[in-house]
Amino acid sequence: MTLLALRMLFGDTAKYLMLVAGLFFATFLMAQQAGVFCGLMLWTTSTLKNVPAPLWVVDENVEQINETNPLRDTDVALVRSVDSVEWAQPLYANLQRARMADGRFKVITLVGIDSTSLAGAPIRLREGRLEDIRLPHSVIIDDLALKRLSLDRNKPIKLGDTFEINDQEARVVGIADAMTSFTGGPYVWTTYSRALQYAPAQRKMLSAVIAAPRPGVSNEAAAEEIEKRTGLRAFVNGDYGASPRDFNKSTIMWYVRNTGIPISFGTTVIIGFIVGIAVSCQTFYSFVLDHMKHLGALKAMGASTWMLTRMLLVQVLTVGFVGYGIGWAATSAFALGAIKNEEPPFYMPDIVPVGVFGVILFICFISALLGIWRVARLEPAMVFRG
Amino acid sequence: MGKTDHKLAVHVKGINKSFGDGSSRLRVLKDIALETREGEIMMLVGPSGCGKTTLISIMAGTLDADEGEVEVFGTPLHKLSKRAVTRFRAQNIGFIFQQFHLIPTLNIVQNASVPLLIQGKSTRFAEKKAKEALASVGLGDRFSHRPNQLSGGQQQRVAIARALVHEPKLIICDEPTAALDAENGQVVMKLFSDVARMPGRSVVIVTHDNRIFQHADRIAQMDDGRIIEVHDVDPNHPAALPGH
Repeated sequence: MTLLALRMLFGDTAKYLMLVAGLFFATFLMAQQAGVFCGLMLWTTSTLKNVPAPLWVVDENVEQINETNPLRDTDVALVRSVDSVEWAQPLYANLQRARMADGRFKVITLVGIDSTSLAGAPIRLREGRLEDIRLPHSVIIDDLALKRLSLDRNKPIKLGDTFEINDQEARVVGIADAMTSFTGGPYVWTTYSRALQYAPAQRKMLSAVIAAPRPGVSNEAAAEEIEKRTGLRAFVNGDYGASPRDFNKSTIMWYVRNTGIPISFGTTVIIGFIVGIAVSCQTFYSFVLDHMKHLGALKAMGASTWMLTRMLLVQVLTVGFVGYGIGWAATSAFALGAIKNEEPPFYMPDIVPVGVFGVILFICFISALLGIWRVARLEPAMVFRG
Repeated sequence: MGKTDHKLAVHVKGINKSFGDGSSRLRVLKDIALETREGEIMMLVGPSGCGKTTLISIMAGTLDADEGEVEVFGTPLHKLSKRAVTRFRAQNIGFIFQQFHLIPTLNIVQNASVPLLIQGKSTRFAEKKAKEALASVGLGDRFSHRPNQLSGGQQQRVAIARALVHEPKLIICDEPTAALDAENGQVVMKLFSDVARMPGRSVVIVTHDNRIFQHADRIAQMDDGRIIEVHDVDPNHPAALPGH
């Protein structure tokens, strides 16, 4: 009867395509929007990914990486004095404006790292040498700067080119691979002391202290001891784990709580769900009604309600799988484009495919439920009444 | 062996059936008793609304009577659970509907194989038997056709093949010639006659079509929910048939 159910389904081409289209649309909308949302949230933590350090020590009131209160320079020494800390270095990270040779301004995230240890330097360089950052006026830019800081598309910025930060020269000595920032501006690394020269002077300039625990001490234990001993707030640069000290998670949760981004994306996801359920339910119910006399005939010929229910489930799950599959193909195509161009933001946690599949299954079952209800109430004798 | 010596195929006794509630309650069948025998064609005739369709629905086990007993080839349907009756229908009863009820998106082989698929047989086996049944009704060269590519007479033959494919004991037909012209009606009735003569078979036909009365072995005349007369048919004296 499975084959029979499928033949009935595929034979009604218009309704089959309509059902698949509805579920495809729902899958694509929910998965794509969830992917863009997660990608955007990931971008909010880009500084944590681009400045690799296991521990981040910030002002006690700081909740997220993109909004730090400056610390006193002496706080670096304070953190170094904690027993469980192997090393601690100063970090400057803030938005600045870069002026290009043609006079245009672009927002950048300026990162100042310790010139001796180079702690917080980018992990991968495409071009140039990390050590050259110690040369006068030297900076390392990220791959996004190739687009943002180039004078024109056909002439990308290269090693040796210069631009200005607050009227001071910055010469490119390296190009790094980096995660795109939430603000959309490129990352520019330089030494901590030079970053303080580039940035407008303030009473306190230290954005954070980055540190690492001694061997054998966990990040959480070290962070706990730093907090206890210094009164500062210490975060772990984790992997979006369950740790309450995870700076990534704390940053993302801040954006979830304090911005309208989740509501905006959530609304689109809900619209996808509503469109999916409306199109699917209406079309499948119409499909069942169209075949009611045939289902009645099957019932009269000895098909049980359970057998007909199984047929309807086979039909609705088939369109569910096909619609979900095509929806994922479209989402994957979108994701490939987004990853290749590094925009729009896109990240797909494992839970999203599972969740979307669950929602599609739910839509399928709700759609089938109406049909099953009609079939269960169907009197086989009705087929004799014309 | 004379016809009266044949075993009982369907035996209904004391059947009452009403529809609706309260003041709108309508008593459709009133104390019906009827027997059909193996190897015969029994026709139920009568004016519209007299209860013919309700009676064959009860005989086929697709509708429960309010009162009374229904035995089909010795099986008391009134004592079985709904699930058991459904299973019994799948194994023992073939249906031919006035509107054919062929599934338009399936070809005729797939349509004719449905009763065997309901029984749980494999698709390959069911379609092999369906092809044999279709060939036996003269549609051996139309296997890949869909119902809407066939004439009314051909569609009815597909319905007959579907009704016979699982070799049921009882075949229930509702106005099988209503949608057919006289010529096709006679062809279809010849097929029924051949089927009914097979051992252990019985055919019950509800019809208004007096052109086919001559193919019946017995005719039960109904009116106002009652069987008012059952008589044997002598095909040599059609003037004696109802409507003549």
